[in-house]
Amino acid sequence: MSAQLPALQVVLPLLAALLAALVRHGGAAWLIALAASLAMPVIAFVMLTQVLDGGSISYELGGWAPPFGIEYRVDVLSAFVLLLISIAGAVMLPYARLSVAAEIASNRRAWFYAMYLLCLAGLLGIVITGDAFNAFVFLEISSLSAYAMIGMGPNRRALFAAYQYLIMGTIGATFYVIAVGLLYTMTGTLNLVDMSERLADVSNMRPLFAALAFLTVGVSLKFALFPLHVWLPNAYAFAPSFTTAFIAATATKAAVYLLLRYFYSVYGVGVVFGAQPVSEILLFLSVAAMFVASLVAVFQDNVKRMLAYSSVAQIGYITLGLSLANQAGLTGGIVHLFNHAMIKGALFLAVGGVVYRLGFARIGQFAGLGRKMPLTMAAFVLAGLALIGTPGTAGFISKWYLALGALEKGWWWLVALIVVSSMISIFYIGRVVEQAYFREPTEETAKARDLPLSMLLPIWILAGATVYFGIETSLTVDVARRAAEMLLTGLR
Amino acid sequence: MEILEPILHHYNHWITIFLMVSGLYIVVARGNMVKKLVGLALFQTSVYLLYISPGKILGGTPPILAEGFSVYSNPLPHVLILTAIVVGVATLALGLALVVRINEEFGTIEEDEIFEMISEE
Repeated sequence: MSAQLPALQVVLPLLAALLAALVRHGGAAWLIALAASLAMPVIAFVMLTQVLDGGSISYELGGWAPPFGIEYRVDVLSAFVLLLISIAGAVMLPYARLSVAAEIASNRRAWFYAMYLLCLAGLLGIVITGDAFNAFVFLEISSLSAYAMIGMGPNRRALFAAYQYLIMGTIGATFYVIAVGLLYTMTGTLNLVDMSERLADVSNMRPLFAALAFLTVGVSLKFALFPLHVWLPNAYAFAPSFTTAFIAATATKAAVYLLLRYFYSVYGVGVVFGAQPVSEILLFLSVAAMFVASLVAVFQDNVKRMLAYSSVAQIGYITLGLSLANQAGLTGGIVHLFNHAMIKGALFLAVGGVVYRLGFARIGQFAGLGRKMPLTMAAFVLAGLALIGTPGTAGFISKWYLALGALEKGWWWLVALIVVSSMISIFYIGRVVEQAYFREPTEETAKARDLPLSMLLPIWILAGATVYFGIETSLTVDVARRAAEMLLTGLR
Repeated sequence: MEILEPILHHYNHWITIFLMVSGLYIVVARGNMVKKLVGLALFQTSVYLLYISPGKILGGTPPILAEGFSVYSNPLPHVLILTAIVVGVATLALGLALVVRINEEFGTIEEDEIFEMISEE
């Protein structure tokens, strides 16, 4: 049984999606989605412990041995990201029942859960597969279902946001396919491990660098690296609340994982950062994201949109760790994958709770909510503190390692930039806090009450996690450190 | 003729690149949402050539063991592209479905008109 875990991780949500679409009943589909979602972290956790004890797991799909058959490959990094995605799904799904019931017509709810399960299966598939083309298929499974979920948003602008996301996302995916095509032509293999071995023997580097460029731009479009982020704010702002929280926590992370995989495992640090100015470009864009997106966030009126811009900024921190390419920096980047998922998940769920009660997310309409929805807003503040990077929270841990990584290079200015850009987030989180706690409730907000338990609990689990992982770091930092070690020393 | 030789020798790649860039250009330059999707489909389709044309070896046969044939074409790109076609069709279908819904809600499929409506909201 345990030998089949890698396959189950993907097949289970895929089958559940089919089942959810067939039952056609919202409540039943939710139960199916819940069962599948709750099984995911168990599988991921078992695999993570196996990997930490005994090294990578290689699963031959259909019994065809790699490199000819498709290989599912779980190592420390992929097990960590699998755990992140499956935890996000499992924690958030109980929240979905009421939130989705409020935002989506009853005849579409079953389809919605089917889309969610497809998205989950796709994201887990991207991370678990060891095959370049298979990763593309999963990338598109997750993206297409995400477009559909976003298009189901209550406002008609959701449709337009989904359309724009579809255009940008498809361009990104096609760039990725072009890159895989070039790599396949040069190496004759699609298996990532095999590819990295064969790349060493390729003498004509030009097609490989072309592939690297296509790959970087394509995948960056998917995870909204500044300035390729234009699709993201609208998609997050108008999607159903649950979708926003789930996609913000997971979808960008899976795409970043893909970039990490290619940069460090397939090409190797020497090729990517040695011959081309990849590190410099990535560093510049990351810092630009940290500042520009944070500043734009300060001036947003829609809180969901504000958090969306904040996501673009936070992705900057993750790619910053990626571009530093040293032990501490990479650890920081990988830890921030996890921490940001928890933080942004909690924030978006809390705002989704306000939308559930009041039907809007304009900042002026948060007036007095600290008194009317104390538990929801307290969780928002807690996660907000973690977003800023207050010591004792998860956000501090990741920024600490990023700063260490910058120091290792002797870049004091970068440490200063990390600190200053974190300061900006005080302003936009502060604007919400100011409205919620220092204003009298208006007529509109006076009728608000705290959320029902099934919605409050997921918010608090995630908000609690941001504090827990700020103090107890053995799961996040230690695993991330091992993943970074593995990436820097090569795949084998 | 010497200058033209590398171009003619790799003419398949030039066709691919031409299709690719025209598709991408349509996506960027057109405001009509259906036309944008047509451009997107063209862009995706051009990649199929990128895969399939290097897989064919002149004089090669399908990879079936038989007396007297030793040069085979690579069948794998075809299989990959078959999958990519499915993904492309799904993307196009979803995109068109979204455009239909947008037309129902906004009454137009021109991007700039929708931008105007949104800025008024």
